[in-house]
Amino acid sequence: MDDVFVLGGEKFASRLIMGTGGAPSLEVLDQALAASGTELTTVAMRRLDPASQGSVLDVLRARDIRVLPNTAGCYTAGEAVLTARLAREALGTDWVKLEVIADERTLLPDPIETFDAAERLVADGFTVLPYIGDDPILARRLEQAGCAAVMPLGAPIGSGLGVRNPHNIELIVESAQVPVILDAGIGTASDAALAMELGCDAVLLATAVTRARRPELMAAAMRDAVGAGRRARLAGRIPRRRYAEASSPARDRSDPMGG
Amino acid sequence: MPESAISESPTPNSVFDVAVVGAGVVGLSIAWRAALRGLRVAVVDPDPGRGATYASAGMLAPVSETTFTEEPLLRLGLASLARWPSFRTELEEASGRTLDYRTDGTLELAFDADDLAQLEDLAGFEETLGLRVERLTGRECRQREPMLSPSVRGGLLARDDAWVDPRLLAPALCAALARARATFVSEPAVKVQSGLVRLAAGAVPAEQIVVASGARSAALLPGLPVRPVKGQILRLHGPRGFLSACVRGWVHGVPVYLVPRENGEITLGATMEEQGFDPRVTAGGVYQLLRDARELVPGIAELELAETRAGFRPGTPDNLPLIGPTGLPGVYVATGHHRAGVLLSPVTADAIAAMLTGSAAPPLLAACDPSRFD
Repeated sequence: MDDVFVLGGEKFASRLIMGTGGAPSLEVLDQALAASGTELTTVAMRRLDPASQGSVLDVLRARDIRVLPNTAGCYTAGEAVLTARLAREALGTDWVKLEVIADERTLLPDPIETFDAAERLVADGFTVLPYIGDDPILARRLEQAGCAAVMPLGAPIGSGLGVRNPHNIELIVESAQVPVILDAGIGTASDAALAMELGCDAVLLATAVTRARRPELMAAAMRDAVGAGRRARLAGRIPRRRYAEASSPARDRSDPMGG
Repeated sequence: MPESAISESPTPNSVFDVAVVGAGVVGLSIAWRAALRGLRVAVVDPDPGRGATYASAGMLAPVSETTFTEEPLLRLGLASLARWPSFRTELEEASGRTLDYRTDGTLELAFDADDLAQLEDLAGFEETLGLRVERLTGRECRQREPMLSPSVRGGLLARDDAWVDPRLLAPALCAALARARATFVSEPAVKVQSGLVRLAAGAVPAEQIVVASGARSAALLPGLPVRPVKGQILRLHGPRGFLSACVRGWVHGVPVYLVPRENGEITLGATMEEQGFDPRVTAGGVYQLLRDARELVPGIAELELAETRAGFRPGTPDNLPLIGPTGLPGVYVATGHHRAGVLLSPVTADAIAAMLTGSAAPPLLAACDPSRFD
């Protein structure tokens, strides 16, 4: 099946985008990334010196995984724009996962600062992938502002609470003309599968893998879950019924498999 | 530092049996254990005990440091912890100094309900590994440590964890080495080759060489998979007995620790940052540490903030140290101890000393083979 994920004009076979936060060691992270099959991984620019040797960037380079710098830790549009520009200079990519959080306790994205930063970064030639709440209107406005994707949360970062408002995610998916990437909140494989079944184009996760008892095994589970959810979405689920319907052929119907 | 221990002769005429490059707690321990085996030892470092050792908290805490995926490190840590009582006794005798070695256990606290769930998960993991941990309620934690915040939800007591003051440990090792007639070369090494440690001017000839230069070891052994992991750490001063146990905690998912000393100092740490050799103490780093520590122990706000500092842990890809021979004949390495240099010094020193005197690397050290990433 030729089901390519196109993001910002680039093609990816994997629909699982990984984050690197929370891994106990670089080796564990490396094994998890390999097991996840990811081709795109986001790195917090404010927690990294791009020039230093033996960093997470070296791990990604060795695996030929594309780096998606993010602006985690920024509270204002100004900080986020500055961080994105530093990342472009240091890494030579104009892609940025835009993350402007509102407070330390919830780490929820600040919609107004995010929109402000998105406008400025789009004008500056960036491929902007904004992390947002599950607000269909904000998603639409960001798409209109020129963002290359929208990244609504399933639940707060690191919470592992899953997709808390599937209806809103469906609404975002329905109207979006850019890829929708479910970002944050994934706790286990079924959460990732659900996000894909709802029609998301990809899933971004980190903690669910890096803080698992066996990160490599959970990464493999996520790879399977994203693939399973995607195929289920393409296949089309059956309508829900209140009562049972026998799956064996009924007499009064023509059945191509029957005699 | 004991100035008397430092010889000012950078280019000794004779050939040493062993030159140890780097006088942190790991290098000094190796030098001392080698000297005890009768080897003629030189220690090459412009400022003994003033690198990562000087920043570190000195926790001997393999149990409360345990995380998922790190069982080999735990086993190594437990083995080294078991050596600490005799290492301490021998060193105090050999140096004539005391170390402020404490065995009152580590109290690991949860600040909110999420932290408690995380701690519970960890406790379950530790039990599957056969470790001894006790679950305490918030009230039980506060009975042990009255300065704790009433908000503390609960905790784990790791009775076997201990701690020591690294700022007493390094000078004690220097004193023991001076008594063992080791030579201190107070200059930085610029290059290491078989049989020779090159200095900016001159060189130290030695039959065998041990590179124990922490995060900077890769400058002497190019390609060595060790990187600096920056840690910002604070020293507070308060009344003696302010805390009796080593207190660690999770505050909204962020770890913090407070390590009390006999003299009333409290070491409060530490950030974990991938920032290369950036020596700056930042407002954000200090803020984060004080913010979280004050949640656990509100009374620290009244203490003197005596010192802020940043140090560089030597990190490796798998968080296990690099201990053993290198590709250069007669050149060994002992670095990559990351968060556990003080804890792992006895096991590292005994292993390297054995190798220097012709024994094979002990099986315990198999996971620490420096060539495992080649």
